This record gives sequence, structure tokens and C-alpha cells, in this order.
Amino acid sequence: MMKNIKMKSNWLFIALLAITTTYARAGKDSTATSAPAAEVKADANNAGLKLPAGFGALKVADSVNGARHIVVTEKGDIYVKTSGTKNGGGIFVLHVGDNGKLQSKEGFGNYGGTGIAIKNGYLYASSNTEVFRYKLDADGKVADPENPEKIITGLLDRHQHESKSIALDNDGNIYVNIGAYSNSCQEKDRTNGSMGMKPCPILDSAAGIWQFKADKPNQTYGDGARYATGLRNVVGLDWNTTTNSLFVMQHGRDGLHDLFGQYFDAKQSAELPAECMYQVKKGDNAGWPYIYYDQIQQKKILAPEYGGDGKKTGGEDAIDPVVAFPGHLAPNGLLFYTGNMFPAKYKNGAFIAFHGSWNRAPEPQKGYLVAFVPFKDGKPSGKWEIFADDFAGGPEFISPAKAKHRPCGLAQGPDGSLYISDDKGGSIYRIVYKGK
Amino acid sequence: MNKKLLLAAAGMFTVAGLFAQKTTAKKAAPKGKEIYTQYCLSCHQPDGDGVPNLNPPLINTSYVLGDKTKLITWVLKGTTEKVEIDGQTYSNNMPPQNFLTDEQLASVLTYIRSNFGNKASAISAADVKAVRATVK
Ligand code: HEC
Repeated sequence: MMKNIKMKSNWLFIALLAITTTYARAGKDSTATSAPAAEVKADANNAGLKLPAGFGALKVADSVNGARHIVVTEKGDIYVKTSGTKNGGGIFVLHVGDNGKLQSKEGFGNYGGTGIAIKNGYLYASSNTEVFRYKLDADGKVADPENPEKIITGLLDRHQHESKSIALDNDGNIYVNIGAYSNSCQEKDRTNGSMGMKPCPILDSAAGIWQFKADKPNQTYGDGARYATGLRNVVGLDWNTTTNSLFVMQHGRDGLHDLFGQYFDAKQSAELPAECMYQVKKGDNAGWPYIYYDQIQQKKILAPEYGGDGKKTGGEDAIDPVVAFPGHLAPNGLLFYTGNMFPAKYKNGAFIAFHGSWNRAPEPQKGYLVAFVPFKDGKPSGKWEIFADDFAGGPEFISPAKAKHRPCGLAQGPDGSLYISDDKGGSIYRIVYKGK
Repeated sequence: MNKKLLLAAAGMFTVAGLFAQKTTAKKAAPKGKEIYTQYCLSCHQPDGDGVPNLNPPLINTSYVLGDKTKLITWVLKGTTEKVEIDGQTYSNNMPPQNFLTDEQLASVLTYIRSNFGNKASAISAADVKAVRATVK
């Protein structure tokens, strides 16, 4: 009996698929103006991902090399910022069929980078030193890919933590992360026992979030303001419309054991410090490099570079994290979910794409997943949980070089689907809720 | 008859050669592995396969397999520049490893040159010493 029903539904599925495919083919010319169909089918194996019950995943595309951050337009086109330009551009626009699968892909923009966002009819994208914007037409397409407006220029790129992630508020401002070109502001970067510089000179021009005008060309340091400081490196950030404030995910420092083995063993060094989510307001200081947050003691701890021993506290003037995750998971994407497709629990909650660790060695690596934190009235209302897992491709692939996929960027589609980019395997995933 | 002898001799020679190579690698291995684990593993990873875009792999790279002087110089000096390695660049810094003794560096470099699928000749403490004298 059971078997029979299953077979029947399988046939129904195939028949439906055939119909949608034919429709997509026939309608190719007209799809540009029609909104994406509400019904997309998850891949048979959920594209290899492990998801909560009721959710499904499909692979929209698997060939967008170095896919960093992503956005989805009102019409369902996907813009992907890529880390390099080797494959014919630094931004790719993906047009998908009614089945949610890639139909065409076009590249433009001759700069690699990470940040991408849409606001008030413009597509914003960043290189590792500049931010550009492109006017969108009525179909949500970049009208003139060759001639963007340069909004921000001359930002620091000293190799380490060079990506410039961006977010926009509703008052005409753009926020740009400028990462520290250092691990912990040691006199000699990553050198055993080297002490911290006092004061840390990096904080003047990096290790923070800078605020600029979203519509003014050619701004640089002098035109913007240092909005928040003491943030080592932020890759994932989002403007929260409930609180009307910026939330960021910090990549915490590493090497506690390698650099100060007298205070930390390899296990502590793998677990500490926490990867922190902060809500940042103008003028806030998160404390890097002087302190780090220890999620086990639940305290701000003085960094060993500045006289700490793993126990002494510090940073009385530094803000506390909103959520503290295990160390080194590398949060590369943050998105507050405002869609209507997912169950009520997910509304206004935070999705975080964890790229996966490298600096937990010799302990096993961790991450390579998308996490979720429920929010109520702008504050976490429960513990963080794993939402999408198995990007690496199995336990034996949980390492940066072996992982098949590493989640990086997050975006919400017009129908409330969640999109996830992967800068290792070049895949774009789409998560849908199927219900029950 | 002569030919057979020659072949046999050649065979013995190869075996002896292999044996010699094996013993030198073996001798260097335990200490080299220890030093690798303590000073290199966190960045270059347990299997030497590195971290994409951040820390390069130590598998079949022109530095690991190539000229000894170039390799010793690199590891003594480290880098804060973004240096292209076999067509790729990496964001992280490599701290200078000049605090390691000639012996320690020789054994860790011999270890990486004979592990992770690499097959290159051993590096001696004398090699390191000679290069160190020229590196400022
Ligand atoms: C803090 C991280 C770190 C540590 C520790 C480290 N390295 Fe490196 N290493 C790097 C980075 C980053 C590069 C590449 C730098 C660049 O290209 O700009 C590199 C490059 C190299 C290279 C040349 C490129 C290649 O892939 O062949 C060799 C050889 C090397 N490291 C060996 C070692 C050895 C041996 C040790 C331990 C004694 C060590 N490294 C410790 C980060 C590290």
C-alpha cells in the first residue's frame, strides 16, 4: 500500500516536472517580465544538504566560481559578487527558469570582491578597496554594466582581512567593514610571544565599520565616519529593520595556543574566543585587540598580548555580544529573515553562514553550515541552532581544503526563499519551505 | 653472463639506493613531524593541503620541491607581502621561522619534502647554516 502511494506521488512529481520544464522552455522569451513561479521543487536529495523537517533545497547553479555575497531582485534574478575575475567578470547575474534552475549567466565588473547589496533602485558592489553602484531598470536589471558610479575609494587593503562587506540603512547611509590587517595587533604579526602595540595603530584606519553616504561619489576616509571600532574583521553584516540598527558578525582572533602556549592549550585555542554577533550603534567599541569574549566564562577577557592570562577580565567600555558562537567557525554571511514563506519561528530571526574553520587544528575543524537564531523584539529569543548542514560533503571533508562547499553569502528571494552562496564549489543553493 | 651480472649489480645498487633514501627520510621524520606539528600545522594543516586563499598547500609546490636555497630563505624570512605561489595568492602572513635551529629547520624541511606526496631530497643543517649566513 505504502509503496504504491509513494510510486504514485513519484509519478506525479515527474509529470509536474515535465510540465514545468516544457512551460519554461516555451516561455523563455516572456519569463523576463513574469515573476518567478511560486512552486519550485527541491532537488531529490535536497542538493546534499541536511535541513529541518519541511524544508527542501535545490541547487540553482553550480558554476559560479568564488561566489561571495549575493542578492536577489524583485523579479528573482540573482546577482553574485565573486572573489576574482578569471571567469569573465567580478559580478554575475543569474537568470533562472520557473523551476528555479539557472537559465543564463552573464558577467560584468572587472574587480574581485565580496560585498553586494540592493537599495533604492541601485545595485552596490565592492572590491577590496572601493564601492561602486549601478542603476537598476524597471526589471531590476543593471542598465549600464560598463559605467558604474564610484561611491567610495581608497580603502585600506593590506592583504589580511581585505574584503569589504557592505550594508545599507533606510536613511541614505552605507556601512563598510574595513578589517584589521593583523590577527591581534602584535608588534610582529602571528609571532610567538610578541606583545601588542599600545595603542593599536590599526584602529585609526581599519578594524571597524565605516559609514558613508549611499549616493555621494568618490568618498574616502575623510568623508565618512568611523561608526564602530574594535572589530577585528566582519564579513557578515545586515541592517535589522526591527531595531533599525546594524548587526555584525566578527571573525575572532586565533592562535591563543601557538602565540601564548603558557596560558592556553590546543583545545582551549580551538574553542576560544567566541565568534560574536554584535549589535553596533554609532561610537560603539567591541574591544579588539585588547580583549576577546570567552563564551565559556561568559566574560570579556584581557588578550595575552596586553597582559592577559586567559582569566583576567578587561574591556569595561566594550560592548557585549548579542550571541556568542564557538570559536573560528568564520561567519561570512548574516541575514535577518523578513519573508513569509518560512514558519513563524523564523520571522525576523538571524541566519548566519559559517564558512568553516581552519584555525581549530590540530583539533577537528567545525562549521561549514548555516545557523539560525530566533529573535523577538530585536533580541535573541532562544539558543542558536544548526539550520543547514553538510556543505562539506561528509565528516571526512570537514577541512578547508577538502570541503566540497563552503557557505559564504545569504539572500532572501521575493517569495521568501533563502539563497546561500558557496565560494568553494561555486554553488548557489535555494532553500524553500514545503510545509508539514 | 656479463650482462646478467651487470643487471644484478644494477638491481642491487638501486635497492641499496632506495634503502639509503628510506633510512635518511626515516631518521628525519619523527623530529620533523614534531616540529611541523608545533610550528607549521595550524596554518598549513595536518595533511599539508593548506587553506584556500589564506595559507598555501605544501604539496608539489615550486617552493617545497624546488631550489633548497630559495626554500630555506623563505622559511627563515616569512612574509607580510602577498606573494604569488604557483599562480595563486594567499591573504595570511607567514611569520619568520628563524627562531628554529639549523637542525630543527633541516628536519622540518626534510619532513615536508618527503611527506604529503612530495619526493625531494633531504636538507641538512649545513645547508640551513649556509643560507642563514646570507639572510639578513
Ligand atoms: C601563521 C601561518 C603560517 C605558519 C605558522 C607557517 N606558514 Fe608557511 N606560509 C604561510 C602563508 C600565508 C604563506 C604564503 C604567503 C604569501 O604567499 O604571501 C606561506 C608559505 C610557505 C611556503 C612557500 C609556499 C608554498 O606553499 O610552498 C613554505 C615552503 C612554507 N610556508 C613552509 C612553512 C613551514 C615549514 C612552516 C613551519 C616551520 C610554516 N610555513 C609556518 C603561513 C604560515
